[in-house]
Order: sequence, then structure tokens, then C-alpha cells
Amino acid sequence: MATKVVDRRPLSWAEKTYIPQILSGLRITFRKMFNPVVTLEYPEQRPTIPDNYRGVPTLVKDPHGREKCVSCQLCEFVCPPKAIRITPGSIDEASGNEHIEKAPKDFEINMLRCIYCGLCQEVCPEEAIVLQDIFSANGYTRQEMVYNKKKLYELGGTLPDKHFKWDKKKKASEQAPSH
Amino acid sequence: MSDAKDNLISIFIDDVEVKVPAGINLVDAAEMAGKEIPHFCYHKHLPVSGNCRMCLVEVGTPGRDRATGEPILDENGVQKIMWMPKPIIACATNASPGMHVRTQSNIIKHCREGIMEFLLLNHPLDCPICDQAGECRLQEFATDYGRGYSRCAEDKNVKPKRTKLGPRVILDDERCILCSRCVRFCSDVMNDGVLGFTERGSYSTLTCFPGRELDNNYSLNTVDLCPVGALTSTDFRFKMRSWFLKETKSICTESSVGVNTVVNSREGVIYRIKPRENVEVNDSWMSDSGRLLYKQVAMESRMSDYTIEGKPVTPDEALQEAARLLSSGKSAFIGSANSSVEEQWMLAQIIKKTGDSVPCWLVAHVGEGDGFLISEDRTPNFRGALLTGLTDKMPEDKLSALGAAIDAGEIDTLFSYNECPIAAGLSVEQIKKVKFIYMGTHHCDASQYAAVELPGLTVFEKKGTFINQQFRLQRFEQAVPSEGTLNDIKSLSAVLAAVSSAKSVPECVDSIWQAMSQSIAPFKDISFNSISDNGVLVDGSAFEHLPFVEGKSLHYEPKA
Repeated sequence: MATKVVDRRPLSWAEKTYIPQILSGLRITFRKMFNPVVTLEYPEQRPTIPDNYRGVPTLVKDPHGREKCVSCQLCEFVCPPKAIRITPGSIDEASGNEHIEKAPKDFEINMLRCIYCGLCQEVCPEEAIVLQDIFSANGYTRQEMVYNKKKLYELGGTLPDKHFKWDKKKKASEQAPSH
Repeated sequence: MSDAKDNLISIFIDDVEVKVPAGINLVDAAEMAGKEIPHFCYHKHLPVSGNCRMCLVEVGTPGRDRATGEPILDENGVQKIMWMPKPIIACATNASPGMHVRTQSNIIKHCREGIMEFLLLNHPLDCPICDQAGECRLQEFATDYGRGYSRCAEDKNVKPKRTKLGPRVILDDERCILCSRCVRFCSDVMNDGVLGFTERGSYSTLTCFPGRELDNNYSLNTVDLCPVGALTSTDFRFKMRSWFLKETKSICTESSVGVNTVVNSREGVIYRIKPRENVEVNDSWMSDSGRLLYKQVAMESRMSDYTIEGKPVTPDEALQEAARLLSSGKSAFIGSANSSVEEQWMLAQIIKKTGDSVPCWLVAHVGEGDGFLISEDRTPNFRGALLTGLTDKMPEDKLSALGAAIDAGEIDTLFSYNECPIAAGLSVEQIKKVKFIYMGTHHCDASQYAAVELPGLTVFEKKGTFINQQFRLQRFEQAVPSEGTLNDIKSLSAVLAAVSSAKSVPECVDSIWQAMSQSIAPFKDISFNSISDNGVLVDGSAFEHLPFVEGKSLHYEPKA
């Protein structure tokens, strides 16, 4: 490509001193010092997370402390990056929850794979897996980033339950007339 | 069968003409026409009970004048179809010439929706924890004909959940839709009427007769038959969801019946084995004991290391050492009717090159037959050993002649393939006298004395063929991968190449079949991929004089 030489206007005397430019820059700096703050001092300050935010997927318990997941493996099936891995298991007789029959023996989510799409939450028939407000998942090793069942319940905590469907089921079976 | 095939009649399913065998019921006739009539209680291999009412269809027959017998014609001169005033069940209706069937009319759709609503009235809808989910007929038809919400304000019935019907079957009665398939299987197929219903109406409950339990060796077929998740297998319960399972066609190795199976696995782990329909062999059934055979894959006694004198070596070193031992002195071979046809043929080729003076020894595994799907011969492939030329006589209970030959110092090397020589009657001293090469899937009593150990693969980790008691050649596919172990055929071909100094030896199933179809008359024109799912009968008339141990079983009559 041919080079085209553009003539520049020569600098004036004032411009050669740079002082007007420095002063106009400082004017903006000083003006902003007294404006309201728009940034957060992360990590000391944390942003407010909206309710429908899709953070790290977690497992939750119901208000009675019962683990809600019944290891139906629908989330494992629907997970697009195949981040979820469940080992299904059964619930012990005489544990008080034996009527629910199934619970995960282990539940792993590989957070290196998770894409925070929320399909697991959407598909869960028990409302047991919820993407809550944790947005920063980090660790020193790859293994650390595979969250196991214990970690997922620690992150998830307890959420209110609208249905208590398994409690209703148990009550019905206790009150059922004998035939 | 040939009568029915010749006697084809024309019926019209949704105005499409189909040729079907006379007397076939309409569910099967529609299936032949590529249409599904939804049904729960009907099963091809069970007597018809007609209690689920799901298969209602509209049926009409060509009209004839009652008095004269003349055809009634409509204004176009076509014989008028006299439609029955109400829908009737397809499973209990036999096709007759000229019959018209409507499977998709509005009335039929309403019927199905009504039936589904009744069936779902007391169904717990606990699909997330139900093992049947994904392969549940009720789930499938609920998506087709279900209402999607319940009009029922009352509570659902409460019935016993987790009833143990037998050692291998658990019943969830709330899920039961009272189709009675399991009841009919026990009473009509097994002739062991264990199950029955008690109570009435929606309180009907499936139970065993007092003092009985569902413990016969075919009890898990009721689990397969159950169209919903009421009957579940104790072994498979809560292990894996059905939609993750990969299905691989296989053959059961329990006995010479050669039951056709489907192996369900996920990511290299087998979760269950189910029967595969083959009307010439096992209908839709299989034994409970055969379903447990997948556990041999992950057994602790599984051989994994190639060793020479107990020291782990590379596969190549072990195979070369085996070949060296076989070609250095007089060799004897113990072959197995547990090996596939291809492996037996490869072994026969090795024997031809090395052990010419000594025949191949086969060990008999005879048990009690049950007259149904377990035969007396507890090996899957003795007929294969006959056809591949591995042997020409019946296997022996005890290899005392081989023991005598070892004692007489006539044998330097003993190669045992898939058989334990100690279980076959040889003594430890006799095994110590020879260089013992053991090739097998699992450690046995004798493997500790082996000069060379060559691990092999189970039926689930390789592909090949078996020939069952009917001389039916049946194919099995590889269900799960093997880790660190060579395919048996690869091992044998490496040994064969070393002992024969041949330029090329067959190394895979397909090339072995090319060689076999040329050299073995009954295998003429057969290639591995040409064997159909139902198997191919091969000519076994050359061996008719042998006193086979099998007695009568399903679809098998011993030659007198």
C-alpha cells in the first residue's frame, strides 16, 4: 500500500508546555472525587444478587433437615456439559424417611465443566438442586473443583418448602384405613 | 407355523390393507402393519386375559344378509362394513377375512383417555424414584393419552410399598395396575401358581399365596413383564436409570440352551441382563441365575496380569514364552466348551501345529436341567467344539487318561484354556510335572502352578458366536471394554503365529469366519455379520450319533 504523508499542524507555544492539558485532566479527576461512588470494594464489599441469579448449583434440604434429592438422575441426564455425576442409593429402613426410598449415595458436580445454565434446577422434580447466589467458585486443584455431596449440601443449606409432599405421603399412609 | 404362513388373510387396519396369518389377534396384526395398539395386560407369550381395556378398537366385518347369506352392498356396489356398536379389545379379537379395524378414531382416543384416567386415579406418580421410569408403558401412554392433571379431589389409595414377594423381587403395590401378567406368567408359563390378587376393586393387592413366596428360578421374568414399576428386581433396584443404559445383544452362557440376552451397561459397567425375544430359543424368558452372570466381570478372582513363573511380564513376553513352551516339547491341550466358536477354531489350529499326537481334552460340565431354559450341559458351546474340529467325542468328567499320560512322562507342556485342570481331575503333582500354561478369565486352583498365565475375556468383553443345543449359531457382541487384557483371539493368533511361523494368521472374528466358511462345510456361506439376531441353524447331522446329555427343554426335543 502506498504511504500517504499527512501534514500535522505544528504545536502552539502553550501546547508545547503541556500545562493546559495537565490542568484539564486534573479538572476531571477532582470533579470525580466528589461525585457519588459507582464501584464496589470487592471482595470486602459484595454486590446484591438478584433472586433469579444463576450461581453455583447446590443441593438443599427442606426445613425439617431432610435431603430433598431422590437421585432420579434427571439433572445428570439433562446437563449439557455432563458436569453432574450421581451414584444412586437407597434410604435405610427405620431412618424415618424410608418411604422416600431413594437418596444419592454420592453426588458430584464438576465445576470446571458447569456452564451455569440452570437446566438441572429446571428439570428437578423435587426442587432439590438450586442455583443460588454463589458466583465465585475457585480452588487450587482440579479435584477441589469437583464438588461432592457434602460440599454441595454445605453450599446449599436449607430452603423453604411449599409442598412437603413426602410428609403428606407419610401421613396418608399412617392414616389410611385398613382394607 | 408353516400353516399359518400359508394361510394369509386380508384385513384393513385404518383403511390400509394388510396380509396377516389367519386367526392372529389384532394387537399383533397391527404390529405387523407398523401400528401400535396400546396395551398393558396383553403379552405375546402369555394367555390373553383382556383386563386392562387399553387396546380397545373399533371393528367391523363385511355384511351379509342373515337370511340369504348374500353380501350386503352399499350404493357404490361395495360390500357394506357392519361396524360393531361398541369398541372391543384387540388382544382378544382374532383377525377374520375382510375385517376392518379403526385404531385412531375419536371414539378410540376417548376410550384410551378414559382408561388412562382410571389407571392413574390411584397411581402414585413417583416416577423420579421409580426404577421403571424411562421404560414404563404407563408413562409412555400417559404422555399420549393422559389428561395432564387430576380431576380427583379425593386422596389416593394407600397400599403396601416394598413388599418382598421373594428373594429377588420386591413389589410396590401402589404402582400396580392389576394387569395380571405376573400372575399368568407364574401359573401358565412356570406352572407354579404363586401369585394372586386379594381384596376388591381399587384395593386389589398382588400377593403370594399363604406360605408361598416367589422364589423359583424364573421369578425375575415377572419384573420384565411388569408394564409399570410395581415389580422391581432386588439386584437392580435403585442402581441406575434405564435411559443411561446401553443395550448390547448377547448370549447367556449358563447352559447349552443359549438364551438370547440384552446386556445393559453404562460406561463400561454392566448393570443388568435382560432376556431378548427369540421365538426359536427362549421366547421372552430367561433364568434368574443367568442374570447374575455379569458379576463375573468384576470378580476379585479375575485374572489381569500376564505372568511367567508368577512374575508379571508384558503380554508379548508371556505369549512368546507360551509359544516357546508349546513348540519345545510334547504338548497336551485342555479346550473348553465355554469358549466361543472362533476361539475354539484358533485353538484347533494351534493344536494342529503342535500337539499332533495328543487329542484336545474337553471337560464335561453337567448339571441338573430344569426342562425349561437350563439344560444339563452347563456350557454354552460344546457343539462349536465339534464343528470346529476341536473334538469329535463327548467331553469327559475326569481327565484320568490325560493324568496317566502325564504320569508316564509323555507330556511336557499342558495348555489349559478356560478350564481348571484340578477341577477336571488332575492332581497338583501331575500339574507340577509339566510346564503348565493357563489361559482363562479367572484364577483357579491350578493357576498358581502355571508357568505362563494368560488372562482372557468374559463373554461381555468380546464378540463372537456360540452354537447351542439345537446347532443354532448365535452371535454375541461386546458390551463393555476390557482393560489391559488382550482379546482371546489376539492372544491365540499371536501364539499360532509364533508356533507355525506362518506369514499371516487370522487376527479377528471376521477373518476367522472367512477361513472357517471355506474349510468347514456347515459354515459355508456364513460370515460373522450375516448371522441374524435369531441365529442360524447349522447342519449338525454329522454328530447325531453322539450321546448328548441334554433332555427336553423349551423349543428343544432331544433326538431319541
